[in-house]
Amino acid sequence: LKDGTNWEQNEEIPRLPGETRVTDKDVIYMCPFNGPVKGRVYITNYRLYLRSVENDPVVVLNVPLGVISRIEKMGGASSRGENSYGLDITCKDMRNLRFALKQEGHSRRDIFEVLTKYAFPQSHNLLFFAFVNEEKFSENGWMVYNPMSEYRRQGLPNERWRVTFINEHYGLCDTYPSLLVVPYNATDDDLKKVAAFRSRNRIPVLSWIHPETQAVIMRCSQPLVGMSGKRNKDDERYLDVIREANGQISKLTIYDARPNVNAVANKATGGGYESEDAYPNAELFFLDIHNIHVMRESLKKLKDIVYPNVEESHWLSSLESTHWLEHIKLVLTGAIQVADKVSSERSSVLVHCSDGWDRTAQLTSLAMLMLDSYYRTIEGFEVLVQKEWISFGHKFASRIGHGDKNHADADRSPIFLQFIDCVWQMSKQFPTAFEFNEQFLITILDHLYSCRFGTFLYNSESLREKEKVTEKTLSLWSLINSEKSKYTNPFYTKELNRALYPVASMRHLELWVNYYIRWNPRIRQQQPNPVEQRYMELLALRDDYIRRLEELQVTNNSKISNSSASSASPSQMMSQVQTHF
Amino acid sequence: EIHIKEPIEKEVNPYLLPGELLLCEASTVYKYIQEDGSHRGTYGKLVCTNFKIAFLEDDSASDDNEPQFKNKIVGENDITLQCVDQIYGVYDEKKKLLTGQLRKYPEKLSNDCKDLRVFNFCLRYTKEEEVKRIVSGIVHHSQTPKLLKRLFLFSYASAAPNNTDGRNQTVMFDTLEDWRGELERTKGNVKYKAVTTNEGYRVSEKLPSYFVVPICVSEESILKYEGRGIPIWCWSCHNGAALLKMSAFPKEQDDSTSQMQKAFLDGIYKTISKPPYELLKTDDLTSSLPSLQDIQTAYTKFKQLFLIDNSTDFWATDVKWFSLLESTNWLEIIRRVLKKAIEVAECLERQHTNVLLIEESATDLCCVISSLVQVMMDSYSRTKSGFQSLIQKEWVIGGHGFLDRCNHLHKSGKEEAPVFLLLLNCVWQLVQQYPPAFEFTETYLTVLSDSLYVPIFSTFFFNSQHQKDINMSGESLKTQSGPFSFLTVWDWSVQFDPKAQAFLNNPLYAEKPKLDKSQRKTARFK
Repeated sequence: LKDGTNWEQNEEIPRLPGETRVTDKDVIYMCPFNGPVKGRVYITNYRLYLRSVENDPVVVLNVPLGVISRIEKMGGASSRGENSYGLDITCKDMRNLRFALKQEGHSRRDIFEVLTKYAFPQSHNLLFFAFVNEEKFSENGWMVYNPMSEYRRQGLPNERWRVTFINEHYGLCDTYPSLLVVPYNATDDDLKKVAAFRSRNRIPVLSWIHPETQAVIMRCSQPLVGMSGKRNKDDERYLDVIREANGQISKLTIYDARPNVNAVANKATGGGYESEDAYPNAELFFLDIHNIHVMRESLKKLKDIVYPNVEESHWLSSLESTHWLEHIKLVLTGAIQVADKVSSERSSVLVHCSDGWDRTAQLTSLAMLMLDSYYRTIEGFEVLVQKEWISFGHKFASRIGHGDKNHADADRSPIFLQFIDCVWQMSKQFPTAFEFNEQFLITILDHLYSCRFGTFLYNSESLREKEKVTEKTLSLWSLINSEKSKYTNPFYTKELNRALYPVASMRHLELWVNYYIRWNPRIRQQQPNPVEQRYMELLALRDDYIRRLEELQVTNNSKISNSSASSASPSQMMSQVQTHF
Repeated sequence: EIHIKEPIEKEVNPYLLPGELLLCEASTVYKYIQEDGSHRGTYGKLVCTNFKIAFLEDDSASDDNEPQFKNKIVGENDITLQCVDQIYGVYDEKKKLLTGQLRKYPEKLSNDCKDLRVFNFCLRYTKEEEVKRIVSGIVHHSQTPKLLKRLFLFSYASAAPNNTDGRNQTVMFDTLEDWRGELERTKGNVKYKAVTTNEGYRVSEKLPSYFVVPICVSEESILKYEGRGIPIWCWSCHNGAALLKMSAFPKEQDDSTSQMQKAFLDGIYKTISKPPYELLKTDDLTSSLPSLQDIQTAYTKFKQLFLIDNSTDFWATDVKWFSLLESTNWLEIIRRVLKKAIEVAECLERQHTNVLLIEESATDLCCVISSLVQVMMDSYSRTKSGFQSLIQKEWVIGGHGFLDRCNHLHKSGKEEAPVFLLLLNCVWQLVQQYPPAFEFTETYLTVLSDSLYVPIFSTFFFNSQHQKDINMSGESLKTQSGPFSFLTVWDWSVQFDPKAQAFLNNPLYAEKPKLDKSQRKTARFK
């Protein structure tokens, strides 16, 4: 029963409740690792499924249509050469699929059309599979994130910070959530004035407050300074109010995620950054993180060196030339600076980039992960993603291109993948600090594309509300939380209030082989992880010993107290035993 | 900026081992904290003994900061004389390599160690007389050529009678029984025999007293060319195929000699290619693997990347880290060695073929490949005692020239090559890829490589069993009576207390050593 899918009896292919079969066809799967494989491909409204004719070894492909980025026809009716006529499918998850078909009778036209239709439902006025999915789970993932209880967990509102409902109907900012936390001393009227000076009205709001220092992490978009160097008194005063809110005398630190030159260039389109003249009480640092286009190209280069063949002879310099890990390093370095400022220097920080929904989300969420151990639990991480990414309008629909056929859309970019990679790097450096395992992160990424759940659909909370996503679809967290043990890191040891600062040096960053090169059977690391497996065995052994000790004590007790043995309850015994471990 | 703290007047004395003598010392030396450009550090005394260079902090930290993992012999601020790699003097911010006689004395000393530590000492506040004495003392004792008998090993052995029982579970391979036991363990005794031909080193001073050859090889053949051209048994696979090594004949000018040698070899090959022996595949490692020179060059470059003592250099090299690493070629060498080992393992296992490794002396790359193949195929070699026995068999008794390869005597350095480190590095790669398959840990491999430079154990301080034997008798040393009894490195209690020794054992080890079940390891390379 892989990934919760039910195999219906007498059926060759797995089907989810609500999943319907559309077509099937004999094809040759051009496996880049083992050569051509004869098989039958089945297309449903959710997946492409291939099973080989030969049983030794049986080859299976099980691909949600959501991962498809592009479908191309290769060869024409007159193409010569074996297996030169067929389909070439580019996927969003670091692989390509090639199928060769029989040349006679336009055999591929039908399958091409069906695939195109169901892989790109948005371009064909069809619903995402998430809206027809009828799966049932024991947990309801939509209940995981409640903004009010998350702010309460942080100790908010308090005498300095208040909750505002000014954005209840998304009137102030249509890409922000409805509930926001702002300084107590700023009125809703002030907020409206500030909104006029921030790109897309994304005003500075609170993301996280340090429980001891009361220093805060604020997020927003760039100020609308423009070529003429416009100023806005309300914005300037608002930033001062933020600074004063934790009784801070020193300057407010502003982290502009962009490279300096990019920030300057943004003035031409009306944006810019906080100048020293206008904000004398603030100190501005640029974090040199590149934009979405640079990241997209970098991942493309990475794919070139790992798929289908791994560049072996100059592996390290090839890897370096993709700059992928260098970008990871810069994002982590930025987040470390944010976290350190708030924690060690007890200073409030303001983070923004251009619109404040890509790099800003990376920086705030990673800094929060470093500072707050709650976000390192399974549910805490779900809350973090739900809050900093989904509710604050990271444009998942545009960045991933859910159900959209326009594969070359310049809005697409692997920003969220990059964030998950940073989380993975942290989990490698702190193997006992995270409740979740690698499988958890990979599952999130798989369903980032699959469109089986509503979690990552659409660009903003307001759109999701309009589409009634929580009513009509299921949450990814339902799947995960219903089977938590599968996603639990056995090495996890609960620790409160420890800040984790990863080392953001190339010497300590690794390529996430189990994700980026997972399709290559020759590179894949051993699954399941032997260390994890061994550790689980040892944990089971320990539990077994505890149980046996408990039994022995029960018999021992019964010998001593003879007939009155029933006086000691098992739970009492347990607490005795536990002191030993 | 230097934070000057008044040194506390307090007599601190170095902890000396038996046989260790204080040679010179200097006070008010300032040791910088590593990887930190802030010039922060501590004052202390710098001393040089016949065993080590040591820095003794004036303000010695309280004992509750004791690290859990601690070496009893070599402290955190101790550098054994054999562990010193290069010593630089800093004159007006310029670094100069110090080797022999000095005309001018530097303001700072920078000490690169073979275990990749870097120490920086500032001598600006030290009395001139003391600077002269300590600098020339350190340079003299750590950088100039030495005689074997002046190694601390001998002073220690004569001052500290060895009562410890080194014979734990490690098979030392210095007796005929040990070899017979190994033949029995691997079921090699049907076709191979342990021979006593080299008792008293009648055949060769390079070969051990006892070794194993195919049953059909006669004593005369062994004696004929001092053991050259004789296939020497390393290990037998469960299917009967054996791994053998052979010392090749040097290139002969004289035609008739080389004709004779060729005929001799043909005869040998013929006898061991016939049933009951398996097919034979020979592999001349001199041509199929990088040369020792290449290995030394690559490691020298590689090592430089890690001898970094300040954060500026660290971050400056960080962006280009991957290509820097690649350009050293060290990882490529490791890859080639692992590939070769896989190739040999496949021959033995799948093709059921004997493999004969050939090298000029059969004591360098032969040791690396034969050890790796055994680690990959024989789960016993992945236990601690099994691995130690393997090192004894292939390296210590097998005649790897540790003294020359590590350049313990600071000779010209032409013989120096990190061959043993290459093996440890390859094994480390396997440990990374198969974490539960090894009884020992990464820490174990690290302290084992550190022990190469601790001259209280004889294990890594001789070129051959013969060299050890003649020096052990004490006859060559007029001063001491002898015979000496040396410690073996395998007695880990000498360096580590039981708590620290626990770090050498892998808690996730999940393999029971089985003889019959061979497990082939495929190296995955990133």
